[in-house]
Amino acid sequence: MEWINVILQGVLVGGLYAMFAAGLSLIFGVMRLVNIAHGDLIVLAAYLALVTTETLGIGPLTSLIVVVPLMALIGYALQPLVLNRTLGDDLLPPLLVTFGLSVIIQNGLLSLFTADSLKLQAGDIEVATIRLVDGVYVGVLPLLQFVVAVAVIAALQFVFYRTALGRAFRATADDPAVAQLMGLDNRHVFALAMAASLAVVAIAGVFLAVRANFDPTQGPSRLIFGFEAVIIGGLGSLWGTFAGGLLLGVAQAIGAHLDPGWQILAGHIAFLIVLAVRPAGLFPKVRT
Amino acid sequence: MSVRVVFASRSSRVGAALCAAGFVALVAAPMWGGRDDLQLLSEIYAYVALASLWNLLAGYAGLVSVGQEAYVGLGAYLLFAFAILGGISPLWAIPLAGAVAAGVAIPVAALVFRLRGHYFAIGTWIVAEVFRLLASQVAVLGGGSGTSLPAAMIIGIAPSRQARDFLEYWIALALVAAIVAFIVLLLRSRYGLALKAIRDNELAARCNGIDVTRTKVLVYIVTAFGTAMIGAQIFLQKLRISPDAAFSVNDWTAFVIFITVIGGIGRIEGPIIGTVVFFLLRQTLADLGTLYLMMLGLVAILVMLAAPKGIWGLIVERLGWQVFPLERRVVFDERSAAAE
Repeated sequence: MEWINVILQGVLVGGLYAMFAAGLSLIFGVMRLVNIAHGDLIVLAAYLALVTTETLGIGPLTSLIVVVPLMALIGYALQPLVLNRTLGDDLLPPLLVTFGLSVIIQNGLLSLFTADSLKLQAGDIEVATIRLVDGVYVGVLPLLQFVVAVAVIAALQFVFYRTALGRAFRATADDPAVAQLMGLDNRHVFALAMAASLAVVAIAGVFLAVRANFDPTQGPSRLIFGFEAVIIGGLGSLWGTFAGGLLLGVAQAIGAHLDPGWQILAGHIAFLIVLAVRPAGLFPKVRT
Repeated sequence: MSVRVVFASRSSRVGAALCAAGFVALVAAPMWGGRDDLQLLSEIYAYVALASLWNLLAGYAGLVSVGQEAYVGLGAYLLFAFAILGGISPLWAIPLAGAVAAGVAIPVAALVFRLRGHYFAIGTWIVAEVFRLLASQVAVLGGGSGTSLPAAMIIGIAPSRQARDFLEYWIALALVAAIVAFIVLLLRSRYGLALKAIRDNELAARCNGIDVTRTKVLVYIVTAFGTAMIGAQIFLQKLRISPDAAFSVNDWTAFVIFITVIGGIGRIEGPIIGTVVFFLLRQTLADLGTLYLMMLGLVAILVMLAAPKGIWGLIVERLGWQVFPLERRVVFDERSAAAE
């Protein structure tokens, strides 16, 4: 029973990691951009949720109504202002520029909110649990987060493969030049992809802020979790990324159960094992 | 008609003379500088060395790593482990740390080279995180809170504090001089030609018979060697180590990348110019704290977008200078042609 609980907790946390990863995977898929500031944007969303709840006096989950469009807007503006100029064959410009953004966001948050760690209060829902069978309990909030993660992945999957926007994303990813010849405005498509990515980031950031303490320096480790989930799952497959997030969550939960110091290390080791044994990930869809 | 390849130009002869004069002045720094000056200079040397090594890795071999702090921290921890557990003098421990780190880099390369491009970058970062977490599990070296170099070890380096300061300063200078000289010689060799070919066009380099993967792996291992020695030297001077300080991604990778890009990536002179700019900014603006770091990030972004070749790249474009004789020029020897 003890282990069932541990694995169940890991699976539920894994949903959050899948959300970290989905935004990262989306923009890499569409425009081959790896966003080093991704984790810091997640933390930025958490702070936006904090400010929203305090000024409007609403609960953290309600604050999603404000934070999600706001982050999407930031994404839509960031793309043409900064990131579009970095796209191309050269690897360094996007890495360096997003690294710079990461340093700017981190230190900006540090100077505005100090290094104190914070947590958003969601009220009774935080402690509510459901009994599955005797000895196996599931928190309502982690369960809600997991359901939201499934919904986010399903929505992205739907947008990607069933809508005109998704067709534009896939066409631009396959060949930006031909997509442009077919009448697509690549800059607009890229900006929409970044907006979608940051909308997912906003949801992930709010759940991060409700579930655990956060502070301005946490971004890089969130980026790394998301990245590990993408690679474990296999490039180009959204449900693969979801599975990667779950595997990472379970590995961390098992590690933490053995020794609290091993939580993060166990996740990294699971990632390295997958990399050594199946470098293309567990459910690869595209070849790199 | 005979044909020769020459490296030197007028500007590189001037550069060599200036470098030699500057080097002599820096060797003599203990005569004209105070304790603070020596420490600042040592720190500058460490950053020149780290940036030069990263430049070799990213600027020439095209391996954009954001995990070089793995080797800075590994070198530093090895120095402390050799000194505390093995009783080895810290001076010998520096090259030893480099050699062991190069050995560690071989299996690491086997793993991270499975990732391409951007994914390679973040993969190296994860390796550095693994090293950091493992270091914090080593109880004899202080675990998560770190440890200090024992007093007996410190006295063993040199009996008086002044002699230690001088010795540590000269070690820092010798290391940076050796690393920069090694990179210059490497780039003048046939491996250097291969590296430049890879930098300019990987596919074309492959077509010309260059074993691209092998060359990249070799550069990765050599860079790990140098980076670990610098890490050992930095923390020998600090005398105290902790996982967060030794494996800091900001201190040993973000700043190093900013320095290289601001100075000019893919050129030997770039990291040196970049380090000078970095320290000028730091000495004047460090009081601003977080604002200073935000400005540094902003400057790096602006340079990358507006002048991706950096400061030295602009100088080369406008004036054609080169301090280090690296550019190959073909000279047709007229006299021997007339004799034929």
